[in-house]
Amino acid sequence: MKKLIWALLLTPLIGQTTEVPVNVTAQQFVDLQQGNAVYPGFRRAHAKGICVSGEFRSNGQLSDYSKAPVFQPGVTPFTGRLSIAGNNPTAPDLKAPVRSLALSFSISSTEQWRLAMNTPPVMAVAEPHTFYQQILAIQAGPAAIKQFFSEHPESKEFLAWAAQYKASGSFASETYNSINAFYLINQNGKKQAVRWVMQPTVTVATTDAQDVDALQNEIANRVAAGNVVFDWVFTLADAADDENNATKAWPDSRQKITAGQIVINNTTAQLEGGCHAINFDPLVLPTGIEATADPILRARSSAYAESYRRRATEQLTGALKEPEND
Amino acid sequence: MTNTERFSLSMRLFHWGMAALIFAMLTAGLLMVASLDGWQLTVLTAHKVFGVIAALLVSMRLINRLRQPIPALPDDLSHWQKMSARVSHWLLYGLLFAMPVSGYLMQYFAARPIDVFGWFRLPAALNVNIYNYALFRELHSVFAIALICLIALHIGAALHHHIIRKDKVLKSML
Repeated sequence: MKKLIWALLLTPLIGQTTEVPVNVTAQQFVDLQQGNAVYPGFRRAHAKGICVSGEFRSNGQLSDYSKAPVFQPGVTPFTGRLSIAGNNPTAPDLKAPVRSLALSFSISSTEQWRLAMNTPPVMAVAEPHTFYQQILAIQAGPAAIKQFFSEHPESKEFLAWAAQYKASGSFASETYNSINAFYLINQNGKKQAVRWVMQPTVTVATTDAQDVDALQNEIANRVAAGNVVFDWVFTLADAADDENNATKAWPDSRQKITAGQIVINNTTAQLEGGCHAINFDPLVLPTGIEATADPILRARSSAYAESYRRRATEQLTGALKEPEND
Repeated sequence: MTNTERFSLSMRLFHWGMAALIFAMLTAGLLMVASLDGWQLTVLTAHKVFGVIAALLVSMRLINRLRQPIPALPDDLSHWQKMSARVSHWLLYGLLFAMPVSGYLMQYFAARPIDVFGWFRLPAALNVNIYNYALFRELHSVFAIALICLIALHIGAALHHHIIRKDKVLKSML
């Protein structure tokens, strides 16, 4: 708490005196995310979610670009999670600004792949220490966030997206973006920078339901009635694109390849499902996919590790309690 | 124990080689868990690979140690000093095994295969076990702190022998 107050007091100084933000540690970052109300045993970010499972039906279109076996024609099962942004595992679903889809392909004892995707296609900032300042500004209120964005012109594309984004009435009708870029590595060792997106195959209108679990209940009912399907579409960078800058989308004209479909056929409450134990660290990659040097991507891995350690240890020591909805 | 005055060349090489490796591993470990910067992934990847190498080295070192005579402790040491010298050395060996083993097991239970220079991967569990992950994650830290304390004691004792007692203990490893 003290740290937070100091950080809040110092924020304006930092903004005025220098363009380079103060370096923060993974621990400070996760302290900021979890805030003052810690929910033992839960994720420090995207604490509220629902486990899903299903399969990736690969059409083989991407197999020339990556030697990862998941892209051969065929079916790979996954465990996943649909979640909302925030530190509170009982928060109202419809109030959260960001929704997420995470997937884990447990391919073999030596091949694992974790993916963590969000509704925004780009980040507002390009590196983690500035991202910390962005979260501080969000917590400080509308005036601070307005000031932050005015001082960070790199947030232009993010703001343009946010201005036109309308949250839909279902997890099934959202678009989930890799945000960061990765390299596909093919049989010949050729590298191709890509981003990807899970595109919904249904449209669901915005809802004003009062239910705090509106999205979870909606998706559970929808999946019980039939599969929920997304098209997995990759965008290939060309030489002009910067794969290490998550604030800039690549032009629409870039080659796109649909690798297949993500099919969700089951949902389970997160504490009963297989997703709760998983750290959806986007740097757990199989052979045939590699991390770019994108500073945000690298930092996600470090911050997730700290969050995971905290909640895993809390679970081991028996501190996890299912909070009541308030 | 025999009349040998110095540790054998192979034992001295193991000692100083592993001293450098352990110093690098502990430093990397302490820095990387706190960093959000891009080098973190590179250092973390190297830390895991060198952990595998450290496990192999300490196994070879132990076999080497058990097969050769070592210098006797100075006669004028008290009984408890001799005892604590022996216990602390076996504790050091124990921790040199416990570090890579706990490190590997925390990765194993987090279902994170370890990539060794892109040549091959060490297997991990198919499904995460968060309890076992937490146990070995915390043990890895506790062992690291214990190792740092024990190394400090080890260095302190070596200097004590050399500077205050002016005996041949430190020289026997040079």
